[in-house]
Order: sequence, then C-alpha cells, then structure tokens
Amino acid sequence: MEGVIFMGFKLKIEKFDEQLEILRQEYKVYAPVIIKGKGTFADTNTVRYKEIESIKEVEFDLKSNYSPKEIILPITQTLFYFTEDDCEEPKCDEKKILIFLRSCDIHAMIRLDEIYLKNGNEDYYYKVLRDKVKYVLMGCSESFENCFCASMGSNSTENYDMYTRIQDDEVFVECKSEELMNYFNIDKTNDLKVEPEFVQSNEVKVTIPENLDQRVFKSKMWDEYSSRCIACGRCNFVCGTCSCFTMQDVFYKENRNVGERRRVWASCHIDGYSDMAGGHGFRKDKKDRMRFKIMHKVYDFKKRAGYHMCIGCGRCDDICPEYISFSNCVNKLNKAMDEVE
Amino acid sequence: MKNIYMPFKSKILKISKHTETDYTFRMEFKGEVKPGQFFEVSIPKFGESPISVSEIGENYVDFTIRRVGTVTDVIHSFFVGGTLFLRGPYGNGFDVNHYKNKEIIVAAGGTGLAPVKGIVDYFAKNPSECKGFNLMAGFKSPEDILFKDNFKTWEKSISVTLTVDGADASYTGTVGLITKYIDGIPVDNMDEVQVIVVGPPMMLKFTVAGFIKKGVKEKNIWVSYERKMCCGVGKCGHCRIDDTYICLEGPVFNYLDAVHLVD
Repeated sequence: MEGVIFMGFKLKIEKFDEQLEILRQEYKVYAPVIIKGKGTFADTNTVRYKEIESIKEVEFDLKSNYSPKEIILPITQTLFYFTEDDCEEPKCDEKKILIFLRSCDIHAMIRLDEIYLKNGNEDYYYKVLRDKVKYVLMGCSESFENCFCASMGSNSTENYDMYTRIQDDEVFVECKSEELMNYFNIDKTNDLKVEPEFVQSNEVKVTIPENLDQRVFKSKMWDEYSSRCIACGRCNFVCGTCSCFTMQDVFYKENRNVGERRRVWASCHIDGYSDMAGGHGFRKDKKDRMRFKIMHKVYDFKKRAGYHMCIGCGRCDDICPEYISFSNCVNKLNKAMDEVE
Repeated sequence: MKNIYMPFKSKILKISKHTETDYTFRMEFKGEVKPGQFFEVSIPKFGESPISVSEIGENYVDFTIRRVGTVTDVIHSFFVGGTLFLRGPYGNGFDVNHYKNKEIIVAAGGTGLAPVKGIVDYFAKNPSECKGFNLMAGFKSPEDILFKDNFKTWEKSISVTLTVDGADASYTGTVGLITKYIDGIPVDNMDEVQVIVVGPPMMLKFTVAGFIKKGVKEKNIWVSYERKMCCGVGKCGHCRIDDTYICLEGPVFNYLDAVHLVD
C-alpha cells in the first residue's frame, strides 16, 4: 500500500506544467478538454477525455459530455489477435495513467470496479489498466445542469490521489500520494491548506422510493417511453457506470487468416441487445428497456453490491435527443409505487 | 493474473448428424463439467457462442449445435480432426446428487434436451439410483428429433415419452405438445417428485404451469434459461435479468427463484 500524505501547495501554471512534463515521462495524463466544432450541432463544442500536455488544456468550468470510463474501458478494445491458429494478447502501454475527474466520476469508477473486479472472476484487461490509474480530483464549486449527485451521495469523495484548482495564474494542489509528490520539488515546511470544493446540493433532487420493488413493472408510468425513446443508446454511452459490451470478431481484408477479437460498448436500449442466435430476443418494447435500465441503476445493482449504481451525473439527461429525463423517471417511481400498491 | 477471455484449442473427435441443421460435435476436453453447464465455443475471426454440454465423457464434451447464426454456420463447416476454441465451463449446471433417490421427470423441448441430457444419461445408466425416471421430449416434427440413437438406449431403462408437435398421417409415433401428456405421467409421491423443464420460453411457461396444476411442488421444479451471453463471466451484461446474471447464478434455477426473473 502506497503511503498517504496530505500536502498542500501552489505553483505558477508554467511551473506546474514543467513538473507535469516530467510526470508525463511515466504517466499518460487524461483530462476533459474542449473539442472545438465536435458538438452535436453546427459550431458547437464537446467536452471529452483526451490525453493532455498542459493543465491549461483541462476544462474545469464545464461538465464533460462523456465520462472518463473510456480510458480504462475503451469503446473498442482488442482482446487478442489471431494468427493462423494462435491467439496473442496485444501489448499494453507501460505507462501509468493519471486522470483528472470529478467526485461523481470517481464514484462511477467504484461501480466499474464492482462489475469488472468483483462480479464473477476478475477481468484481466480491466485490471491491467485499472492498476495503473491515479486520480486527480477536480472540484465542483457549483452544480451543473441536470446533476443530482447529492441525492446519490456521490457529491464528495476522499478517494483521490491529488486535487488541483486553477486560480488566476496559479495551480493550487493538495497531494495525498507520496509517489506523485516526488514529482513536485516542494519545500515541505510550507504546507498550505488546499481543500477541494464539493457541491452540497443540486437543483435536481431525486428520491428513490423505499418500498421500490418489482411490482413497479406493472405501473403505467413506463408506457410513455415506448414512443418517446428512439433506442439510440446515447444515455448508456455517456453514462459513467454503464459497462456492457459485445464481442466482435473481425478478419483483415489483406489476409483473411489473420484477425482479432474485440469487445465493443453495448447498450441495453439498442435493438439486438438481448437477441440470441435464431432471432429470439427480450424487451422488444422500448418502455421495457427503459424500465430495465432504470431499475438496474437504482434497484437491481444495489441488491448485489449494496449501493446504487447511478451516480447522478445527469449526462444521460444532457445527451438524450428526446429530452427524456432519467431523474424525472426515477422520481416518478414514487407515484408508481402508490399506483401498484 | 489469469486472462478469462483467452480460449484454448480443442480437437473435434467426432461429428454426428441429427437433422439437416443439428449436429453434435465431440470435443477433446479434460476437467470437471456438470450437465447444464456451458462453454463459449468459438472460431477465431467469426465469433463466440455460448453452447451447453450435451454429454460429458472422460476425455470429451459434446456440444449439440444448431445452425442458426454466424458462428454456428461456420462451426458446421468444420470436420473431424479440426479444432475449435473453447473457454469454460461456465454456469452452475445441474447437481446430479440432488436428484438421487427421488422420482424424476425431465421435460425437454427441442434443443432444450441438450443441456439436460447429461442428467438423462446418468440415470438411464444408473436407474437404481433414482425412484423412477420419466423423460418427456418434444420436437416440432419427426425430422427435428435429436439424439435418435440415445432414445433407443434410454427406452431400455427409463420411461420415455417422445412426441412431435405435428406430423403427417404416416407417422406412427406420439403426436402433440408435451403439455398434453403431463397428466398421464404417473407420480408416486407428489410432494417429492423432481421436475426439470428445459426448452423455448413459451414451452417452458406452459409446461411448468402444467406440472404445477398436476400438483408438483414449485420448489421441486427446476428450469434452465437461455440468454444472449458475450462473456459468460458476469461482465458483458447481456444475460442479466433484474439482479441475476444467468451466466453466474444460472443457467439452472429452482422455479421459486426463476419465477421472480422478469426480463
């Protein structure tokens, strides 16, 4: 177990970047950055995770449209290459991984760990990447639109290795990791109190009914989603805790004897998710898919893990092209339970 | 650290044809396997499919594979001496010991016979280890009947009702859905008799209902589920129903648990 310290200090942005440069010899550093012109609509931007070289690139003021999960659970991940009749694992990058992320996303990682490390046997590919990761916490001075982290208890965390905040031309740092501290040549007698900001409440609040159970399946509340949901799966792909995948085998055009097996993100909203060979599938109606997802996030997962899957980041609400609100749906469960009781 | 997705090569020892689309592949395998467990069977570059074992031998496992998808289409182009890739076994499977010294009824629809065939094989070979064994197997038509040779062997030591949903007038065998014959199955001790039902969702539903109506205790009914599975190890999510992963907690369930599984 690595030593835990609490050291606060501040550095000029340029100085911080110099240290980051040294750190980058051993770490790949990922953070949410603005990608110009890549938003949903013309001339709009998107905020996504990319490898960075300077802390100036980090987008501290906006919520990222996608979660950091893609760093340790790539959208498409090669599991092995096939040659004539052998399977070979791809080489893994030697470098360690540093991720800038918010409290809710750190909580989301705990959910991914639950599935990939504890639900059945350990997932080799996840574990290899996960063991390399250190977190740099980004604070939230106020709640973003659609966030309901306080309701889900993911608004604050102690589970980070470093915290950073930019103020004017300085970076304020709290470092808990002895190893990371080695990269900063700091006079340790000059301890500065640096505390992360966590939001205490959000405009959107969610109440999960205490008596929630399978009886809610029969409620009429699900009906509207049959026509509203267009089964695009965006909510699953932006979610920090959605972790399903589908296996894909491909062969190369140049040589059909050579190919690879990959896993690719999958969505329980998209047609075909439950289809078996022969064509039989389940949850043909989109309202059943909505029910399946909602119940996993605020009921089923908890039965196995002891805590809710949803972390309340609200990205699903941000992205839905049909303006379906996850938080509204969860709140509707209360009335729905009265309806079916 | 073990890579749970890395398959191993297995030689095809024997291929037997049942119908135009169903073949049994006997694959080289040494290790513990239970009836009702499954493997991920794959052909590199085409994909993986979860297939349950239809027979377990000392150095082999059988997979009865219907040609219904991309992977199974390609599997059918393989020959004896060729190799397929396997990983597994996965799932809980049937516990043979649980059924010993009891009356047993197995009701299987179509390829649903494959996952439960290990149980049938065991008690047909050791009939004295149970208090009576009734196999009910239903197929769509006479052309769809699987394991014809096995039926001949089984009939010598256990009671068999082999029925088809429909056939032309020349067919001399039993015709009608399995549900039609549930009443006629003799049961000595209704409180103890163990019933295993495996088959397509509709068959499962009505057959279970038939046995409950007959007086069989719900806690003595066992079912095996089939779902899409990409990993077999609790990760990919496709087979999940509510808080249950069919690949981890199943595919074999007691009816009292299965009744709460709503897709």
